[in-house]
Formats: sequence, C-alpha cells, structure tokens
Amino acid sequence: MDTKELDHNRRSFLRKSLAVAGGVAAGGTAGAAALPVPSSAQEPGRQIEAAAYGMPSKFEAHVMRRRSDVLKNRQNLSDWSMTPLQHQPGIITPNGLVYERHHAGTPDIDPKTHRLAIHGMVKQPLTFTMDDLVRYPSVSRFYFLECSGNGLTDWLKPASTTVQQTHGLLSGALWTGVPVSTLLEEAGIDPRGKWALFEGADASAHARSVPMEKVLDDTLIVYAMNGEALRPENGYPVRALLPGWEGNISVKWLRRIKVGEEPWHFRGETARYTDPMPEGKWRQFSMVMECKSVITSPSGGQQLKGPGFYEVTGLAWSGAGKVRAVDVSFDGGKNWREATLEEPIMDKCLTRFKAAWNWNGAPAVLMSRAVDSHGYVQPSVQEVQKVRAIVGFVQHHNAIQPWSVNANGEVRNVIGQA
Amino acid sequence: MSSARLEVIVAIGVASLSIFGCANLGGGGMAAKSPTGIPLGASGPHAVQPLTDKPRFGQAISEADLAAWNIDVRTSDGRGLPPGRGSVAEGRQVYAAKCAACHGPDAKGGPVYGTMVGGIGSFTTNARVLTPGSMYPYAPILFDYIRRSMPMDRPQTLRADEVYAVSAYLLNLNGLVPADAVMDAQSLPRVQMPNRNGFILDDRPDTKALRCMTNCK
Repeated sequence: MDTKELDHNRRSFLRKSLAVAGGVAAGGTAGAAALPVPSSAQEPGRQIEAAAYGMPSKFEAHVMRRRSDVLKNRQNLSDWSMTPLQHQPGIITPNGLVYERHHAGTPDIDPKTHRLAIHGMVKQPLTFTMDDLVRYPSVSRFYFLECSGNGLTDWLKPASTTVQQTHGLLSGALWTGVPVSTLLEEAGIDPRGKWALFEGADASAHARSVPMEKVLDDTLIVYAMNGEALRPENGYPVRALLPGWEGNISVKWLRRIKVGEEPWHFRGETARYTDPMPEGKWRQFSMVMECKSVITSPSGGQQLKGPGFYEVTGLAWSGAGKVRAVDVSFDGGKNWREATLEEPIMDKCLTRFKAAWNWNGAPAVLMSRAVDSHGYVQPSVQEVQKVRAIVGFVQHHNAIQPWSVNANGEVRNVIGQA
Repeated sequence: MSSARLEVIVAIGVASLSIFGCANLGGGGMAAKSPTGIPLGASGPHAVQPLTDKPRFGQAISEADLAAWNIDVRTSDGRGLPPGRGSVAEGRQVYAAKCAACHGPDAKGGPVYGTMVGGIGSFTTNARVLTPGSMYPYAPILFDYIRRSMPMDRPQTLRADEVYAVSAYLLNLNGLVPADAVMDAQSLPRVQMPNRNGFILDDRPDTKALRCMTNCK
C-alpha cells in the first residue's frame, strides 16, 4: 500500500466516522438549541473562605420554614414554624429546616452556665454541666419528631394549600446524646418513683410528666442533631428526646428532671395537648404519634407538567414501631396498590415510599395509607370521626391526606372532600 | 477461637437482639402499656457500650440549693404550693397591672389572647370554649402555670402572694369561688373544678381501619 492509498483510506475512514456521529446527532434534533459553554466553566468560582459555615445555594432561597398561613397568631412567641416537606428528598431534615414549636420564644443559653438538675425521689440530687453530659457513653439514633398538633387546621375541609402547611410539623434527624437512664441510675431512683417531670429553662418553663417506663426505656438527653450541636430553636444546649411520642414532651432547653409518685397534671397535659372526645370528654396522656403517611410529591400547590411518568413519593412513620407497608391510591381510595419502601426502614423514623405513576391527563385523587409493624392501618378522617370528636383545635391527626389533580395538572388539598 | 467461646459470643449476640432489637412482631396495637395504662409504643432500651466501671460525673446538690428551680406543683392535691395567700380583690389589682394588656379587661379576651372566663358546659356542644374555669381539672394548675409562665414578658417574677391572688380572681370570674375568697396552699386544692372528671386515659388505638386494596368505596 503506497502513501496515496493510505491517505485515501484514512480520509474514507474519517468520512464514515463523521457520518456515524452525524447520524446520532440527527436523531436528537427535535427540541433543544445547541448548548453554549456555561460561564461557570469559563471563569473561576468563589474562593474558599478562611473559615465559614456553608449555606444553601442562593437559588434555593424559597426552601424555608414558614409559620402557619391559616391561623393568624397575634403574637409570635407561643408559635410554630413548619418544615418544607415538599422540598425534602430522603428522610433527614436539614437542621435549618427542622420545625419549631415554642411556648415563649427561643432562648439563647450559654452552655458554660447551663445546668441539668435531677432530683425529687432519688437517693442523691445531682446537677450536670454540658461538659459532664458529653463525657458519658453516647448513642446516635434516627428518629422522627412530630408535633401533636400537626394537621390541626385541616380535618374536615381544606384550609392549607401545601404539604408544608398540612404536615410540616414533622422532621427527621439523627439525634446524639445519653440515655436518661444512665443519669437517673447515678442519682439512684426511689422504687416508689413512677413518673418524672421534665422542665425547660425557657420563659414558659414548659413542663410535662413522663411515666418512668418510657423514661427508662428509650428516652434520651440529646445535645446534637444531624452531626452538630442542637440549634437554639431546637433546644440548645440540651433537650429531652422521647422517640415516637408527641413533640412537646421532648422538652427543649432541658434544665430539670424530678422524680415523683404521680403525674403532675400540668396545664400542658390537661388544658392543652389533650384530645376532644365524644360526650364532652378529653383524652389525656395520648403520647404515641400513631402510624401516618403523606405524599410529598405531587402535593398541594404543585403543578404537573402534562401527562406522562411521575414518581409519586412521600413519607411514612409510626411512633409505635416501624413502617411495614404503604399503599397508594390514584382514584380517591377505591383501589390501592403497594408502594416501594426505600431502605433504611428504621424504628420510629421517617420512611420514604415511592410509586411509579403514568398520568393519563384525567382528573385523579392521590392518597397514601401506611401500615406499621403492629398491623395498625392509617385511618381516613371519616374513620377517626367515628371514634373522636373533631371540634376546635384537634390534636393527633394521623388520617389519610388526599390530593386532587385536575385536568390542568393543578394539585389541591381535598381533605374531608374525597 | 475455640468453639465454646464462639458459642458464648453468639449467645450474647442473640440476647442483645432480644433486649435491644425491634420486638414489634405484629398484633395488639401499641403493645406495652405503663402500669397506669398509657400505651408506650416501646421497643426496648438503647444499646450503649457495656461498662464495667460506670462513670459518675454528676455533682451532688442539696434540695435546698435547688429551691429556686423547684417550682412545680402536683396539681391534683396541691403538693408543692408555697406559703403565701391572696384575695380576689388583690388579684383584680395584680391582673389589671400585669395581665390585662394581653388578656383584656375582666379576662374576657384582649388584643393577644381570648377569654379566660366561661365555657363551663360548652364541651358537649360543637363550640368548646376552653378557659381555666371550664377546662382545668384541678385549681392548683392556675398557680403552677401562672408562676412558671406568666406574665409572658416577665415570667417567674411574681411573688407567691400575687400568684395566689390572680388565681383567686380568675376562679371568681368563673363563678367558682365567692368574691371574698382567699387562696392559699390549703384552700386552692379544695376548689371543686367542673371538669374534674372530664378526662379519660389514652385508650388508643381506637380506629379500626382495614387494609382494603380493591373496590373499597
């Protein structure tokens, strides 16, 4: 083969290669314009700062906690703000988005001066500094935290637009601290001590009575969440964490544990945080947050972009154990199919579920229904209404949340209507 | 490793699982209850590192040195109520000075909070009115809550006499004590509250939902 021939062969090969490449390009011509090189690739980015706490992208500024837009509170000290669940993938809530509930604002407590006292029916009353507490053998566990009032604006008819407003008094985190049993054993519990008071150092001195079985079972004194110190609004420098129980009993800014024979029947466990029942009664010490789920996408206020594939996804949890299954319905609860649960599936923790959905463009009503490790099935509002009184500010709303999708793809809250 | 030693380790592992593992094996709703009957939803204590020598970092303190923090009242019988006394008339004055700005004149509701008077008998209607008079099962809840949380801008600053007086005033406005009543550690727990027997202990799970999959409605 002479040089000429070689040259020809090379040119021929190149032509064929280009033709193949051009064929691929021709297959994708419909739609997008040619991509320019982005400016981010043609100039250096920001330099590393000498020291900094990283913040989300400025383009994520819409992802934030929000107060209720249903109830117009006339003060913002005894108030709450909600987690934007529609923007949370996975099962962990970033610390800046963990929901808040305070009874008299957020204090800024100096960990050097803070003390935790344990006294009452113990052999030896004790105080602990923060330095003392972090020296004990620690545990880190993933748990959800949910306010007993989550959903109280939306029982029989829709009031809230987004899932942040209907379900955002809910967060998931990795909590680090000390089993309270370790500290109580050191103080020496009087065998007649059957209850313990937990009290905060905030301006409400929020206090709750806890049965000793829960105190000694899995109650933690926590000083860290998601790998850093607690945020001030979540109890810095130390709080109680009672897995699976209503949020307010996990007393923040914890300053005192007192052992006693009986519950104290505080205002916060009689006049508040009790559940209206038929015949004018009130259910008291309803602590466990029962099994519940909600679809976070698509959810209220969102807009579907035409027929086609959607991954329907949401969160499920149970204060009594693990999530065993989640079913989803696309026809308002007439027919259901089992969703896929994503690992890890942990005790008293948020569990992520997913279901593929090919929307045909017709109106639909989406629902999710969770089943926990006891076989307990999440009820509908109608089923809750059979056994409780839905009147006023009703706590412990764990009913099924329906979202409607109309032919334009608009997603709406239709609680009580579907 | 000898097989005998291996067996011991396996046995310990199984024992730890039964103690610390998730023991919810279905049936029976929220399972374990406290001796007082409260569903616990419990799944067992946390595994911490076994310690042959338990660390002890707590500092001993006397109950006397905890007095300023020891503000709780066992409201069912008033244990923990401090010395002191206050009348309805004195309470009216304290209320006007320190409470009325938020709660309104005569505790009928103000710019920030709703009424603290009335509602007795409303719980069997569709408009339950929650006030200390209608809702509290025990009168010492007034003392405990006012002392620990009120007034909202200066909590834990009222003297015991002032707290007794405001408690007396609010009870009087609700028709539960006469206008000449004086409240102290003996008289306050004796006030009969209308909602004394209004509470039932947690008896969930109460719903009976079924896991229907097709043609459910």
